[in-house]
Amino acid sequence: MSYLELLKLASPEAVVVVTALVVLAVGLTSERASASCSAIATFGLAIAIGAMLMLPQNATLFGGMLVITPLTSLFKIICLALALFTVFLARTDRSSRNPGEYLAMLLLATIGLMLLVGSEELLMIFIGLELTGLSLYVMAAFDKTDVRSAEAGLKYFLFGSTASAFTLFGISFIYGMSGTTGLAAIGQKLSSGPIQPLLAVSIVMTLIGFAFKIAAAPFHLWAPAAYPGAPVPSAAFIASGSKVASFVVLGKIVLVGFAPVHGSAEWHAMVAGWSPVLAALAALSILVGNLVALAQTNVRRLLAYSAVAHAGYTLLGLVAGGRDGFSATLFYTTVYAITLVGAFGVVALVRRQTGGDDFQNFAGLWARSPLLAGCMSIFMLSLAGIPPLAGFFGKFYLFSAALGAGGNHGLLWLVALALFGSLISLYYYLTVLKVIFVDEAATPTSVVKADLLSRISLTLLALVVLILGITPGALAARIIASLP
Amino acid sequence: MIAWTIYITFAGAVLLLFMPRAISRWLALFTAVAGFTISLTTLIQTPIVALARFRTIVRIPWVAALGMNYHLAVDGISLTMVLVTGIVAVSTVLFSWDIEHRQNEFFFWLLLVVAGSYGVFLSADLFLLFVFYELVIVPKYFLIAIFGSTNKEYGAMKLTLYSFFGGALVFIGILAAYVTAGSLDLNQLAQFQFAPQLQLWAFPVLFLGFAVLAGVWPLHTWAPTGHVAAPTAGSMLLAGIVMKLGAYGGLRVAMNLFPQGFHAWSNWIAVLAVIGILYAAAVALRQSDLNFVIGYSSVSHMGFVLLGLATANALGVSGAVLQMFSHGVIAALLFAVAGRMLYRRTHTRKLDALSGMNLSRALPFGAFTFVVASAASIGIPGFSGFAAEITILIGAWKTFPIAVWITGVGMVLVAAFTLRALTKSFFGDAVSSVRMQEGRVQVDSDWNEQSNSMPPITAPEKWGACLLMFATLAVGLYPKLLLDRIVPAVEAMRFLK
Repeated sequence: MSYLELLKLASPEAVVVVTALVVLAVGLTSERASASCSAIATFGLAIAIGAMLMLPQNATLFGGMLVITPLTSLFKIICLALALFTVFLARTDRSSRNPGEYLAMLLLATIGLMLLVGSEELLMIFIGLELTGLSLYVMAAFDKTDVRSAEAGLKYFLFGSTASAFTLFGISFIYGMSGTTGLAAIGQKLSSGPIQPLLAVSIVMTLIGFAFKIAAAPFHLWAPAAYPGAPVPSAAFIASGSKVASFVVLGKIVLVGFAPVHGSAEWHAMVAGWSPVLAALAALSILVGNLVALAQTNVRRLLAYSAVAHAGYTLLGLVAGGRDGFSATLFYTTVYAITLVGAFGVVALVRRQTGGDDFQNFAGLWARSPLLAGCMSIFMLSLAGIPPLAGFFGKFYLFSAALGAGGNHGLLWLVALALFGSLISLYYYLTVLKVIFVDEAATPTSVVKADLLSRISLTLLALVVLILGITPGALAARIIASLP
Repeated sequence: MIAWTIYITFAGAVLLLFMPRAISRWLALFTAVAGFTISLTTLIQTPIVALARFRTIVRIPWVAALGMNYHLAVDGISLTMVLVTGIVAVSTVLFSWDIEHRQNEFFFWLLLVVAGSYGVFLSADLFLLFVFYELVIVPKYFLIAIFGSTNKEYGAMKLTLYSFFGGALVFIGILAAYVTAGSLDLNQLAQFQFAPQLQLWAFPVLFLGFAVLAGVWPLHTWAPTGHVAAPTAGSMLLAGIVMKLGAYGGLRVAMNLFPQGFHAWSNWIAVLAVIGILYAAAVALRQSDLNFVIGYSSVSHMGFVLLGLATANALGVSGAVLQMFSHGVIAALLFAVAGRMLYRRTHTRKLDALSGMNLSRALPFGAFTFVVASAASIGIPGFSGFAAEITILIGAWKTFPIAVWITGVGMVLVAAFTLRALTKSFFGDAVSSVRMQEGRVQVDSDWNEQSNSMPPITAPEKWGACLLMFATLAVGLYPKLLLDRIVPAVEAMRFLK
């Protein structure tokens, strides 16, 4: 294995690293850095996506530390694309007074995500988690003029570092029991008999770190602080990119590494393993997220609690397990990320114009900007799971995978709970739309202006959500094909 | 060709968003008339034999990995429902002719409801059917919340959440069928032998989910509040089309897929249906708001549909389908009179206030229309309501003789509240106007002058009313027109005893 070959296989990551350094340098030296920095970041990310397409189909380096499969390539591209949209968002954000540093942090977080997605080895995964986490902590606290941004960063950091400690602890136990950190090797070493207490402890601890990342209850408490407090692009990236990558790697860990200790979450037939743990997390997330979201009057807080609920739905696919379940999870989390970036894009524009993101700032938006209102309604209805939008198909796919698992409708309780949660969620999503379409604006003249790039990117995201709802096969078939 | 009803209506809806205000209502009318014409032509041209089974008209792979197809089919039942959708859509547009507030948006939401309904009635793929079924929910919300009247946001949200609750139950039932049989094709699923245990729980979940939209007692309460809150067009769509979606889904999906479950539960459906007929009629008798009266009468009439479905014989079920058609037309007509002809001119729907206005003289055409609609609603022979209800009752006589006796009482109640509403609204006496002057009823002052200068019934209103009246009369005088097409399609289903 020559270093040249390594560089070739890791070229997208290398491109992003170089871009981050260049952006940092330009940001420090140039006077009017904002435009040039985002141009460079956009360019670098585009090149990285191009480099992704040049990679070979399959490759494994250093016993799984860096893996290239169709799955990892697909999701690295998705992460890069999400980062790209976040760069667009950051372009117009008021809080980025040091755009070079901000974008460099964003790019570093993106590298973390790529490492997470592209590794099947626990140590590398942990490094990816930390790299993403540390960059995102800084991004959350980036607005030095806003005390809520500092609060968001601090909460995110404290919860995150504790959760990481748990995960590292769990990983060390697993290493102790199996003598290896490669996921496939762990899967072979663990016996499928009754679970020893030590293994149970290590599984639960490992899962805690990921439950934090995906904001599943009861590890979600940072989300309601970070989503509304952090600068909008940071919140968008935390909610989208970080979540997608976490679900990919969580799926790989439980379905490959912990495959022998799957357990069962079926009603009246529970067997110890990781799936009842995830089922409990899912059930709790769906209930807590949806119920608390009912009481919110701030759009970003509402999105934070609904994110908790969506983490719960997405976990259903992993609980079901198997190829169907995993691909349903991946489809849903991708669609969710795209939708949420779009929703945060609308929030950012409204916030820039009106100075806030409470419900009253959105009142009568349809008259002030029909385009933004239309995009927002597509995003909200997709989150609520209304056809013909992508969120609807995602839910259908997830729930059918969950109900089909095992063959005797054992997960019906979880599916019914999730559907009940969707019913609750429709109420608060419709409340947002009611504010936009029915209520009258306090100051009817305040037209929400948006520059061309924002309008194009939001329209694009809304179209993607609509098209993925009408022809979901375009993404679903690709995900299914990329799974072994 | 009938698939074009869906495409044209969707295309019209989307096109409306980009059209100038001036032509939006013409475009909406054109779209609705096109859908109606297509369904009528199909009804005339298609030979009756070809409508005996659910015949595929379009089938394109959609999501191959999950076995989803874009699959449309038509038989006598769905064609009848498409026809009533077309009729109601045209008259709805005509009765919304003078909408001024956010006109394009109004017709956009309206056409979405219509297009989704066409889709439900023609879908032969379970997933596709559910997509269209859920698609109808959100436009209803906006139609009511933006353009409605009394307590509109509450009514809209209640209706939407009830619909979505029903949708969630349907979702579970559909998933159970899908993961068990591994197919979403309705024709294939109808041949599949589901295990009896599965049918026993999946049927009630699925049927109840659909029945929420059909206004089954005790989950009917969205209907009266929704009807009162909705704009006239919204009430007409709700009662005329949307409630039929539920009944149609119960028939096409729940009963057709899970016949054993249906037989186990049919007695309970009949019980709920009879309670619904009696209860809603009794409540309607005591209402003071005309729209509440009509809203409860819808629940009562939909009880007949459920009773017909529960009989599980060809006659009863065919009668239920005919009743869906008949009630769609009659309810639309009733709401058109109450909401458009009366409320727009008098600004009240309170029966006590209306009774003093001597409206039969001020609005002779309105009075005529309301008399016809009431007669049809009561079930006077010669109107479609009679043909449908008598078919249902004959069918029910074989299965539930007691239910027929009780329903007889219900029909008397229906006649009572309809006649009460009719006399109070149009043929009020002077006594109540005296009472009004004593201050018992709040109404605009100098109502008497107003009644003389009331704007006459407009041409679009007359056209819409004539279309609906013609439909109920035509089917009432010659029910074979539809029954010949419905009965073979019903007989092809396997749940018949």
